Amino acid sequence: MKTIEVLGPGCSNCQRLEKNAREAVAMAGVEAEVVHVTDPREIVAHGILSTPGLIIDGKIRSYGRVPSAGDIAVWLSDARGA
Amino acid sequence: MTTLAVRRTGFPFWLGVAAAVAAWLVAWLVAAPLALWVTFELLPFDVGTPLGDAVAFFLYDVPKVLLLLLGIVTVVTLVRGFFPPEKVRGALVGRGEVVGTVGAAGLGIVTPFCSCSAVPLFIGFVEAGVPLGVTFAFLISSPMVNEVALVLLWGLFGPTVALVYMVAGLSVAIVGGLVIGRLHMERYVADYVWELQGAGTGASLEIKLTWEDRVRDAWAYTEGLVKRILPYILVGIGVGAFIHGFVPADLVMAVAGPGNPLAVPIVVLLGVPLYSNAAGTIPIVQALLGKGMAVGTTLAFMMATTAISLPELIILRNVMKTRLLAVFVAIVTAGILFVGYLFNVLIYT
Repeated sequence: MKTIEVLGPGCSNCQRLEKNAREAVAMAGVEAEVVHVTDPREIVAHGILSTPGLIIDGKIRSYGRVPSAGDIAVWLSDARGA
Repeated sequence: MTTLAVRRTGFPFWLGVAAAVAAWLVAWLVAAPLALWVTFELLPFDVGTPLGDAVAFFLYDVPKVLLLLLGIVTVVTLVRGFFPPEKVRGALVGRGEVVGTVGAAGLGIVTPFCSCSAVPLFIGFVEAGVPLGVTFAFLISSPMVNEVALVLLWGLFGPTVALVYMVAGLSVAIVGGLVIGRLHMERYVADYVWELQGAGTGASLEIKLTWEDRVRDAWAYTEGLVKRILPYILVGIGVGAFIHGFVPADLVMAVAGPGNPLAVPIVVLLGVPLYSNAAGTIPIVQALLGKGMAVGTTLAFMMATTAISLPELIILRNVMKTRLLAVFVAIVTAGILFVGYLFNVLIYT
């Protein structure tokens, strides 16, 4: 079970990222939970200033951009063995 | 491991980029002759009539503004990708007051900023120890000296106006930042921001992006932006075309010309709530300037539409007390008024 965190106060980019993340989960065929973090304090605590940010199993994968579902799927299978 | 449809296209991708650049250049070259041909040959309008002039203005301005936005915003976004706020913050910590403030205003030009990032950005800067005045210099300059405004000014008025706008905007940001820094208003920042101090800046944010990733990101951003502001652009150019064809120059001269000392505060008050329409206001301003609106008044209007916006103020209210917010608005407004009057005096007296 993987944890995907989408960090962002809820603007349109954050919602696009969350959608891509859900698509990626289906693509990669892994079990994962997608959590949307909107509290700015928690976002900053990860060192991220430009939203949206994406964290998979505690590792920051992107910030300030919206990676595609394909990219996220690759990261998901990347982290599988680790 | 299952095989994923990974997009790593390489050569065909760059071929696509080259084709897009070529298509842009061709469209840029044919836009003006095509607009004239459609208006005066294909459609039954005559050269020199108000309606004919208005239609030609509209048909030429729409493709021109769209091409400028698509082309230059993509390039600017690509460049800005190298200056994320996370890096900028590192460069600003521990600088002196003046160096920090000037640096923050300058970095505001190249650093992407959207109002939905304002809160994490503010908290992140302050808790990392960036002084309040330096943080404000960045908050003022980043949206005001923004890429859409600069690109449109350059394309429609030429490089001089764009540069003047940039210098004036930076001056407002630097002076505003220095003044807020001197007022020592730290206690008017929301209390929880200070409680976070040093909470988490240790995370490593080194993420490698390929050029292909960067170009794709820049294009996706530009596409989204242009789609979002397209209605405003069309309305703005429509109003601009109407002014261009029908509004008499005498009227504009009397209301917004250099002779009316109240024109600057009036346009600033009008411009403050107009943020999201920044792209639409420029074609209107272009037509008004052509009809005799004073240059300083025009600059003040542009700055007011981009620097302060109601949604941004509501968001910033989460991280600072009303008093600090009011000082921020007052200082920026005063700076914009000063710039407006200064240019009117310099140019027309």
